[in-house]
Amino acid sequence: MANLAAVVGIGQTKYMTKRLDVSIAGLVREAAVNALQDADLTWDDIDAVILGKAPDMFEGVIMPETYLTDALGCNGKPMLRVHTAGSVGGSTALVAASHVQSGMFKRVLTVSFEKQSESNAMWALSNPQPFSTHLNAGAGGYFAPIIREYMRRSNAPYDVGIKVAVKDRLHGARNPLAHLQKPDITMQEVEESFMLWDPIRFLEACPSSDGACAMIIANEELADKASKKPAWIRGVAMRSEPTMYAGRDEVNPQAGRDCAADVYKQAGITNPRKDLDCAEVYVPFSWYEPMWLENLGFAPEGEGWKLTMEGATSLDEGGDIPWNCSGGVLSSNAIGASGMIRFAEAARQVRGDAGDHQVEGAKLALGHAYGGGAQFYAMWVVGSEKP
Amino acid sequence: MKEIAIVGFQQSDSVSDAGAVNEVEMIMPVLSRVFQQVGINNAQDVGFVCSGSCDYLQGAAFAFVAGVDALGAVPPIKESHVEMDAAWALYESILKIRMGHADSALIYGFGKSSPGELPIVMSQQLDPYYLAPLWVDSISLAALQARLMLDQGLITERDMAEVVSRSRRNAMNNPHAQLAGDVAPDDVLAQEIYLSPLRKADICPVSDGASAMIIATVEKAKEWGLPYAIISGIDHCIETHNLGMRDLTDSVSTRTAAKRAGMGAGPVEVAELYAPFSHQEIILRRALGLSDETSINPSGGVLAGNMMMASGLSRIGEVFNRIVSGEVQRGIAHATSGPCLQHNLVTVLEKA
Repeated sequence: MANLAAVVGIGQTKYMTKRLDVSIAGLVREAAVNALQDADLTWDDIDAVILGKAPDMFEGVIMPETYLTDALGCNGKPMLRVHTAGSVGGSTALVAASHVQSGMFKRVLTVSFEKQSESNAMWALSNPQPFSTHLNAGAGGYFAPIIREYMRRSNAPYDVGIKVAVKDRLHGARNPLAHLQKPDITMQEVEESFMLWDPIRFLEACPSSDGACAMIIANEELADKASKKPAWIRGVAMRSEPTMYAGRDEVNPQAGRDCAADVYKQAGITNPRKDLDCAEVYVPFSWYEPMWLENLGFAPEGEGWKLTMEGATSLDEGGDIPWNCSGGVLSSNAIGASGMIRFAEAARQVRGDAGDHQVEGAKLALGHAYGGGAQFYAMWVVGSEKP
Repeated sequence: MKEIAIVGFQQSDSVSDAGAVNEVEMIMPVLSRVFQQVGINNAQDVGFVCSGSCDYLQGAAFAFVAGVDALGAVPPIKESHVEMDAAWALYESILKIRMGHADSALIYGFGKSSPGELPIVMSQQLDPYYLAPLWVDSISLAALQARLMLDQGLITERDMAEVVSRSRRNAMNNPHAQLAGDVAPDDVLAQEIYLSPLRKADICPVSDGASAMIIATVEKAKEWGLPYAIISGIDHCIETHNLGMRDLTDSVSTRTAAKRAGMGAGPVEVAELYAPFSHQEIILRRALGLSDETSINPSGGVLAGNMMMASGLSRIGEVFNRIVSGEVQRGIAHATSGPCLQHNLVTVLEKA
């Protein structure tokens, strides 16, 4: 059995289009210092640093952990750099947790970031490769046909995505760290925004953000003595499948279903909609909410959109299973950090420390991240009570 | 804590140019050989998979994604990736086994460095504001390090030539080596200076290749009925990125990692050191306090062939091979990352 581990500190930066006031090192340090302050700890209390980010080409720095060790107080300690595509923020949190769950470390710092203003993600994602189809489309162009297939299969009304876009921005307006602040957004405004990749409109897509997220994960003994309430890690899971194979279901990928089943089993969850109090799920394009509601077992196949339309996932409508109370990826997308933000926001909820986007009395929350061609998954369940 | 056993290791030949072979085609033969060695079919038969690679070698974001295609990941598998040498993928896999979420793991690393100008590419690993814009390549930085050592009287050019000579001669027994031959120190010294004070022979070659390893709990290794070696310690440590702020003639982080990995608890019969430059082998040997009783880089080391992202894992594999063949009972392997030995990992391996 894994050793118990818990999140004892969380730090984030404000997410915005351009953080011109800080370097990459300044950005990650800001998140790390915020996490240390939240945990009432100093650099000396950290045994190792686990760093995650999306492809090095996004900033043009190869293996940036070698450059960032000074900013992250890691000199003389172990440093590990994780890279698992868009799921990396989540995977990095899981690798950090495994340092403690293995019994090899007492307390570690994990940080993930993206400084998109110093990069061009679209370019980095579209480098032509020998012997491969050149997909000059970025992520939205890749996922749009899969969304269209979901709409065809489920007969969902055309405005489900619009509803998600509004809901997550209203959530984001409760979170001062969220990049997009749109408290007055309407269905009409989203519908009238221009079409990027049919059926994804401009306001149904995530923004491009600078930002970093950090967490401190400690073992049972240290978590018991933590200055603030810890978030206990109740389950951890990762799954991968190839981008393409015969019979692959790209709308409802097997790897996502398997990953969810694994993490639920560890956390003793049999009915995710009922057993969980809230979820932070990686939804970079609006339609991925109903798709993941089904993939993660919150709704039967073909019916995820009904939960969205009923307001079940909305904090403002008093839904029974609020999704992405922080505003989600649709409100802030510092790519490499986006998965870790989901994991950290789930932890904030069960620590009762989520400010204006707190789900009252949240005891059990899911953090989710995915990446690549919807083929890499990382998930954790965190709880307010020690398992 | 659970003991970790290495049960299989395979590597490709180290070649200067793999030609039209792509990364997946480079990985596949190595994976099938390591599966065969252990008697399993594919990645479905291990509890976890972790790889090490670098997007910039391939010139594409998500270079490792194609690697998943080589695994047989249907149905989906538990899999992760480090943008580091695969020696660190081994480290992550050990965490996974020790937390009880896997009883075995496949680790692989691969790099096709030949299409780019590797030393220049690696200049983009430096501080992006102050150093990378200068395009200081990895060979120039190592040359500065060697110059410091020569000027301080810590080494002579002959010491460096002796490292090269031993590497070339040892590599004659390594079928995977790229550079091997009966080369005497005087032959090396007769070469012209390439980038002062380095001769070409002081610098590891640019190589393409891959390696793969399978590890397991001791119980699982016994169940498989395979000869195995025990990883009795593994640790790693990073130092400041500011080259002016550390003593480049020493490797404090290597010493720290070796100490924490328990290197001193027994004799070191063999040491495989990831030293891409001849003078760096001397730094590492001294930092680790290795005596003449330790056989250094019997494979020829990376001066005989440097498969980026796989060489660190291969060092561990080389020591594993010598332990299971009965040649030695205990040895260490070292892996490095970053300019001028910034980040170092030490593994201690023992006979079961």
